Parts: sequence; structure tokens; C-alpha cells
Amino acid sequence: MSKICCCSKDLLAGQDEKIQKLFRSYSKGEENALIPILQETQGIYGYLPKPILYLTSEYLHIPIGKIYGVATFYNQFRLKPVGKYLIQVCAGTACHVRGGGLILQALESELGIKAGETTQSGLFTLSTVACLGACSMAPVVTIDGDFHGRLQPKEVVKLLRDYEMKE
Amino acid sequence: MFTLFSPCCEKCTHTQDNPCKDLIECALRGPLCHDSQSCHEKKQNRLNFLNGEDPKYTYVYVGMGTCGMAAGAEKIYNYMSKQLEKREIPAVVKKVGCFGLCTQEIMVDVKKPGSPRISFSQVTIEKANEILDIFVEHDALPNGYVLGSIAMNEENSAKLNGQVKPIEEHPIMRKQKRVVLRNCGIIDPESLEEYVMRGGYNALSTALFKLKPEEVINTIIESGLRGRGGGGFPTGRKWFFTRKAQGDRKFIICNADEGDPGAFMDRSVLEGDPHSVIEGMIIAAYAIGANEGYIYVRAEYPLAINRLKKAIADLEANGLLGDNILGSGFNFYLKLKMGAGAFVCGEETALIASIEGKRGTPRPRPPYPANSGLWGYPTNINNVETLANVPVIIGKGAGWFKAIGTPRSTGTKVFAITGKTKNSGLIEVPMGISLREIIFELGGGLQDNKKFKAAQIGGPSGGCLPAELLDTAIDYDSLQKAGAMMGSGGLVVMDEETCMVDVAKFFLNFTKNESCGKCIPCREGTARLLEILETIVNSDRENTEASLLKRYQTLAQLERLAYVIKDTAACGLGQTAPNPVLSTLKYFKEEYQAHVFEQHCPAKQCRGLLVYKIDPNRCRGCGICAKKCPNGAIVGERKHSHYIVADKCLRCGACVEFCPFDAITVN
Ligand SMILES: Cc1cc2nc3c(=O)[nH]c(=O)nc-3n(C[C@H](O)[C@H](O)[C@H](O)COP(=O)(O)O)c2cc1C
Ligand code: SF4
Ligand code: FES
Repeated sequence: MSKICCCSKDLLAGQDEKIQKLFRSYSKGEENALIPILQETQGIYGYLPKPILYLTSEYLHIPIGKIYGVATFYNQFRLKPVGKYLIQVCAGTACHVRGGGLILQALESELGIKAGETTQSGLFTLSTVACLGACSMAPVVTIDGDFHGRLQPKEVVKLLRDYEMKE
Repeated sequence: MFTLFSPCCEKCTHTQDNPCKDLIECALRGPLCHDSQSCHEKKQNRLNFLNGEDPKYTYVYVGMGTCGMAAGAEKIYNYMSKQLEKREIPAVVKKVGCFGLCTQEIMVDVKKPGSPRISFSQVTIEKANEILDIFVEHDALPNGYVLGSIAMNEENSAKLNGQVKPIEEHPIMRKQKRVVLRNCGIIDPESLEEYVMRGGYNALSTALFKLKPEEVINTIIESGLRGRGGGGFPTGRKWFFTRKAQGDRKFIICNADEGDPGAFMDRSVLEGDPHSVIEGMIIAAYAIGANEGYIYVRAEYPLAINRLKKAIADLEANGLLGDNILGSGFNFYLKLKMGAGAFVCGEETALIASIEGKRGTPRPRPPYPANSGLWGYPTNINNVETLANVPVIIGKGAGWFKAIGTPRSTGTKVFAITGKTKNSGLIEVPMGISLREIIFELGGGLQDNKKFKAAQIGGPSGGCLPAELLDTAIDYDSLQKAGAMMGSGGLVVMDEETCMVDVAKFFLNFTKNESCGKCIPCREGTARLLEILETIVNSDRENTEASLLKRYQTLAQLERLAYVIKDTAACGLGQTAPNPVLSTLKYFKEEYQAHVFEQHCPAKQCRGLLVYKIDPNRCRGCGICAKKCPNGAIVGERKHSHYIVADKCLRCGACVEFCPFDAITVN
């Protein structure tokens, strides 16, 4: 079996410019660059595309299995694309005590998806996070980065309508 | 522009490459190396400008921490800036961090020339206009939303006129002692100069030039400072071990991975006063002999990350980080590492694995990080709040610090108080204060005057304390004895509408999801515990003797399994995961019994146990509920009382929401 060392070939040829720039800021085989590279990749695409994971594996000399190990270990990483609007429902303690669970339920039934999924229209991705730091406004939801606090289940459904109307 | 660090004249020798050791003191009282009235005035004018004392300007401060931003502070900031320009009022508009009174957001302070800084609460566009119209333009105070006045320095506080009370007299502030939060909400966190103006980096100069590393360590040991990240290990001792350890390189790590899902102390400090943490870190690095440091911060804290980046860049540009800090010969390089959302990475060995680029799984200790940490080198890990205390201890002395708090828990603790209290936000109190004082004085008691039921303290590793324990003193040992723990400072207050079984289930669900999966007691044990809780928060649909027996056994199983996990899990996450269950079992056993034996949730929170019924006296037979029921569980003829078929009812509550006559009862 012949093995070509990746050091001699330019792994980055033909890649997107942003990706080239990202990878060039780390050296090949630099193991502790893995998480930052994944974070920046997700920053560019909104998720981790499979080909980039393979590229990362070759570039950092880390087996692809280990890369998936890391990518699935941390909550931050997504292996599937996100919808246009990311809905984050706070699942922190203060929000839970003030009825955050009902908000999530209302969103799930309205959108017909579970937390972590994206609607078929590709418009909304529903996710939960731990404490958004606005506990005084609990229960809190962010849609597309905008905060909405002291919510009632009915109101949150109305909010969705507003975003749908924008389309 | 002339800054506190610009050369005052050609006699100043300070440059980034050849920094002056007196830079910090000179900025405040300089020039020190030569006599010049005009240089002195230049510096004083700059200080006055920074301190809001420049008579040419009206100063406006807008609270722009996460809570303020969430409430829409950006809009107010832009509006105020534009209006001041339009009205041709020379003004400086600043963004400050969180002052801690989150229920009062959006907070805006205004300081007019010659008058104290006045704080206004819950500012809207209308109120902003009113503040501009009557206060800024005409010196009159608006009604109803003046919080108090903030003294910028001692001299200034003497000038307070009787019209406005100092903000320290506000109920939420009265019993506070602000050490860590000394600058939060007061200064512009992005300004190194303002931090220095308030006495910042003085302690670093003292440490570097007047104290040997051992002396720094002794001062910290003497002060009694204990880790604020949860464990409460004496900080000075930890430094001592890392200093003693052999290694070609040494590291210091600031643990800013605040994982408690309902707490935001560290975030507010990083957002509101990042330099206090960095100064503490450089002093710690000097003490233990580390030249490299990392701040491991949650990626979910973008604002904190940006402020830290700015702070590090400013320090590097002024010779306070990097090679030869202030000409002392001490080098220190500081980097940021973003966490990626895993609670277990708050555990120190998992955090180290994560910085190395691996899955964040803990490893057994010893060896402790002090001997073998990052890449096997001696490493010291401290929490954000621990480090923010350090400059004050070095600056004011161990004795000053020790005088606050109790003998075994010295100093203060920051808490994020949330849940059902009237006031929620960030408070800093002397150790030893009682839970009652925090909740009923600072927190203002419960909303809608509901009855207090429990306080959850310490997050997923902590416990719930009942009303009988309201007089528990807040210190490491008393809390441990009561079955909770100090944790990092999350404090969630619950009223009679909160179900304690549901709270235990909430935390367990969290720890189950966050278990790294490495060891069986934690991975499988938390899942089983959760399973048991799921059983008891749902009714027994079979209702046979066998199934009921199984149900009755759960209480004993719950306790036994909880202790097995506690005793056998490998890391702190697993060892403390059963705490929320154990403490609620201990103090709220009747509630568990009601769930298990009577299949009834007294707080009416556990959906699976609710029984929906239609009150025949109120029902007019309009049929709306029957239409709304997703499972066709409601039957009845029009204009006659309806009926819910228990077996078909999904307990979704849709009928209650739509019944125009409030005829549906839930029990
Ligand atoms: C599961 C788990 C989570 C933790 N999370 C944090 C955290 O979010 N922040 C923190 O400072 N310490 C956390 N710790 C404690 C750290 O392991 C460590 O003790 C602490 O950072 C040491 O700093 P200190 O001595 O200054 O408190 C956690 C520990 C465990 C077991
Ligand atoms: S106790 Fe839990 S989190 Fe800790 S090592 Fe074991 S499985 Fe991982
Ligand atoms: S718990 Fe939801 S914002 Fe803090």
C-alpha cells in the first residue's frame, strides 16, 4: 500500500477562499487547533460540512473518527445546516421555574418539529440553550439573535407569525 | 489624543518596548520622573475627563450588559446620543457593564457638570425624552424612576445634595459589599484608562516591584481566599503547590466556562470589568512562575469574548502584557480559548483536555493539574471571581479582606438571584449573611407576595433549601452541612407553585445530558434516576397491583441509586449530580409521597398527574372545548354539560385555555 504524505501536496487547492484563509492561520498537525477550526468553520457555514471535516482530518493529522468524536461531544457543533432563523429557547433554571417548558412545547407544536430540528421550509431551527443571561426577563427566547422576554405560550406563537410574514 | 499612557513631554521615556516601571502610578499622580506643572495638569485633566468631572460635558452612561441589551439598551444609547447632538448639548455617552439591578433595566445614569451621577431605571424612549427635557436641560428630577446617585470618588460623594439618596441605600444595595463588582456598571469596560483611573493595575505594580512571588502567595494564604468556582479550595495553597512543582513551562488558566444553567456572575464580571480578572491573572502568574495563560470562556458569551479581546490588545499595546511587563523582566502571554458548550468542561481536567483539542472528558486526580496539567506541565486553574478578588487583596492587604465575612469563609460572594423574587439580578454580599436577608431584603421578597418554598443554591451540583433553613448562613461549611453547596453562585428562588420533584427532574435531565459518558455510574446512573422520576411524575395507567408495587418501590430505589452514583462516579459532575434529588427528598419528602402514593402533584406542575374535569355547574355546553381537544376526549351534547373521558385525555390543557366560562378544573 502506498501512502502519499499530505505534507507534500497542497490540501487547500480548490477550496473556498475563506476556508483557505482559515486553515492557513494554523499549522499542519497542530492538534489543539481542532476545536478553533471547527468553530470557525461553523462560523462560515452555520454547520460542519462533511468535506471540511475530512479536510481537517488530513490537515491536522487526526483520524476522522476522532474528529467526529469531538464534533459530536460538544453541544455547539451542528452537523446539519440551520434554518434561516435560529430560535433559541432558554432552558436555564430561572426560565424553567417561570414556565420555559410551556414555551418550548408551544413552539414545538406550532412548528411541528422537536428541539434540535429544522422546519421543512428551512425557515426555522429550534434549539434550547442554558441560560441566556437575561433571567430577570424569564422565560426568554431569542429569534435570530433578538431577545424576547416575559413570554406567554400564546405570544410566542404570535411572534413566529411576525417572522413568517417577513418572508 | 492624550491618554493616561501617552508621554506627557519629551522627558517621558515610556514606550511599549521599554516600559516604565512607574507607568501606573505616574498616570494617576505623575509625572514622577520630572517636575512639571503643565504635565501634571495634562494628566489631571485627562483623569477628570474620564471620571465624568470635565465641566464642559454632560455624561450619560447606558447599562449595556447582556440583560440591558436584551431589554433594548442599544436603542436608548443611539437615541440619547442623537438627541444630545440635536439639542447641541456637549456630551459624552458611554456604554457601561451590568450594575446588577437587572429588574431595573434599562438603566441610564446622567452626570451633569458639578452635580452627582444620577441613576434612572427602566428607561424607555419616553423617559429618555423626559430625562433630557427636565433633568439635563432644566435640572429638575423626573418622578418615579430615580434610583439614586452613584459616587464616582470620595470627594465626589461629599457633594451629594439631599435631593437624591445614594444608590447604596436602595434596598437591593443596602447589605451589599462590592469587592468583585467594584467597577461593574460604573466604568466603560472597554477602557483600560478608566480601570486604571479607579486604581487598577496598582496591585500588579506592587506585586512586581515590591513583593517576591512567595510574599504574594503568603498574602493570599493569609487572606483566607477560597476558590469561588465551587470547590472552595484555598487559593493561596493551590498557588503554593504550583509554584513548588517542577516544570520547564508553567501555565495559568482562568476558568470562565460558567456552566450552571441559570447563573451569570462570571459573565457579568467579564463583561463589566474584564481587567480586574486579567490583573488577578498576571499577579497569579507572577506568583507561581507561569509565563503562559489561557482564559477558557464559553463561546455563548460573545460580548465577554469581545471585551476580553479588546482588553488583551490594549494591555499588549501598553507594555502590561507580553515581554518584560512594566520593565520588571517578567514575561506573560495571555490567550483566549473558546469553549464549545459542554458543562463538564468546567471540571478542571476536562477543561485542560478541551484546550488540548480533545473531547472534554475528565481524568482521575491525582496527579493534580498543579503537578501535571496542560500538556503535562504544572498548571494552576482559578475561577473568574477568585481572580477578580486578587488585585484587591494585594492592594488593600490580607487583613482588610479577612475582616469581611466569616473566619473560615472570608470576603464576599457574588450571587445571581433569579426566579420568583421581586428583584432579580447580580448581588455581592459578605460571607455569613443569611439566606433570609438575601431573599427578603435584597431580593425584596417574593413576587405577588406568594409564599416562599425553596431556594436552589449551587446549580446542578447543589441543593434546595426549605423555609426552615432560611437562617442558614451563606458560607462554604454551613451550606455543605445543609445539603447544598456554595457552587458558583446561582440562587433560584421558588414559590408554592413550583414542584420540587419537577425541579429535581429538571437538574437531573441536565446532568444526564451533560455526562461525558466515560464512567458507568454517571452515564447509566443518571439516566436510571431520571427514568424513576419520569415514572413518578406520570400516573400509573395500568393500575394493577404489580404496577403499583413497582411504583411504591421507586422512593427507596431513588435514594439508594443516588448514593451509589455519589460514591462511585469518577468526577465532580457525577458525584454531585444526585444532590438536587437527595436534598429535595430530604426536605420535601411529602411532595414525593404525594406523587408516588396519591398520584397527585400538589403544585399542579406535573402534567402527567393532572386530572382535568368539567364543572357541570359552570359548563354551558358551548362545545368549544370539544373542538379544541386534539384527542377527541371531550363529549357532550350542545347546551348540556360536557364530560372529559379520562382515558383519552392527553392533559395538554388546550380546553382550559379556550373555555370561556372557566368551567374546567385541574387537580
Ligand atoms: C462538573 C463540574 C463543573 C464545573 N464548572 C465550573 C465552572 O463553570 N466554573 C468554574 O470556575 N469552576 C467550575 N468547576 C470547578 C473547577 O473544576 C475548579 O475547581 C475551579 O475552576 C477551580 O477554581 P477556584 O479554585 O478558583 O474555584 C466545575 C467542576 C465540576 C466538577
Ligand atoms: S462522573 Fe460523569 S462526567 Fe464525570 S467522568 Fe464520569 S461520566 Fe464523565
Ligand atoms: S435561565 Fe433563562 S435567561 Fe437565565
